[in-house]
Amino acid sequence: MKPRLASLLRAFVFALPLLMLAPLPSTLQPIPAALAGEAAPLAEDEAVEKRLIAISEELRCLVCQNESLAGSQAELANDLRREVRTLIKAGKSDAEIKEFLVSRYGDFVLYRPPVKSTTLLLWAGPGLLLLIGLFALFRYLRRRNAAIATTPLSADEARRAEALLNSGTAERKQP
Amino acid sequence: MNRFAWPLVGFVVLVVLLGVGLTLNPRDVPSPLVGKPAPAFTLKQLGDAGKTFSPEEMRGKVWLLNVWASWCVTCRQEHPVLVDFARTQSVPLVGLNYKELRGDAAVDMSRVDAATEESEARERATRWLAQRGDPYALTALDLDGRVGIDYGVYGVPETYVIDKAGIIRMKHTGPITPDVLSGKILPLVAELSK
Repeated sequence: MKPRLASLLRAFVFALPLLMLAPLPSTLQPIPAALAGEAAPLAEDEAVEKRLIAISEELRCLVCQNESLAGSQAELANDLRREVRTLIKAGKSDAEIKEFLVSRYGDFVLYRPPVKSTTLLLWAGPGLLLLIGLFALFRYLRRRNAAIATTPLSADEARRAEALLNSGTAERKQP
Repeated sequence: MNRFAWPLVGFVVLVVLLGVGLTLNPRDVPSPLVGKPAPAFTLKQLGDAGKTFSPEEMRGKVWLLNVWASWCVTCRQEHPVLVDFARTQSVPLVGLNYKELRGDAAVDMSRVDAATEESEARERATRWLAQRGDPYALTALDLDGRVGIDYGVYGVPETYVIDKAGIIRMKHTGPITPDVLSGKILPLVAELSK
């Protein structure tokens, strides 16, 4: 049963390129006009569209909050992209466009929120955690170094260690 | 004991932070419009095609602006609360019908032209209010959602409390529950009406 299945599979894999070749002649036929119309260019103006994408990648879609405005298919994202497009065509700067959205939806739309008193912890937090970690590491290492340095062997311990080392070498010599 | 104390403290702090995080609503985005003048607009009214509405007309009154649409499922949930509010309160409630046709995923907008859009939106909104009761002093039609953008609408329903000077004093996103109404909106309205 199993070998037969394997040979069937192999035959299928070998036949695959042939299967892919088969419909080729039909794809060479001219595409009907109605179908071609469906893939209409997304934008009349490529420069505007490039700027739109650059700006909207920095902005959060409010409906699907883990998506950028550039990538979201939400209805509102569509509307906001249309707004941004209008503003670009009206000659507004990137900062002005962002301000337009921030004044309506708040700093939340910016993936890079501005540094102010409410966002200070957000910006400084990782650095602060790093400092705390470095401090803890430094303290731990210093304490350990101190512990190693301050425990020399007593005379008795030194003698016993010596004896053990000697006996070890003696044993190894024996056989 | 000391060796385990700090990791334990760290763990407890983390658990508390995550626990608090679970109780927060990520959809509740603070609106920068609170404390700012309500954005101006002029839109056609639902009831009377010849009439328009603009927030300027409400100067000197405390009023509520409620954003709704007939395709919005949560609006159905909050509607009885609004109907009840309109019956018992003297503060006007203005409806902003948001993208009645364009917002409805079931409607293929490529087959709807501007004239049909307006008439169909009117018909749909009127029917919806006829079925469920009309709590609105009037409803303005925001067909393309342009006014919604000015008000920072990102989901329906949303409700704004606007004071006598035309300043937005509160924004509530999501449905108005009896708790939100009695706990947040009514006290604010009472204070502003003084």
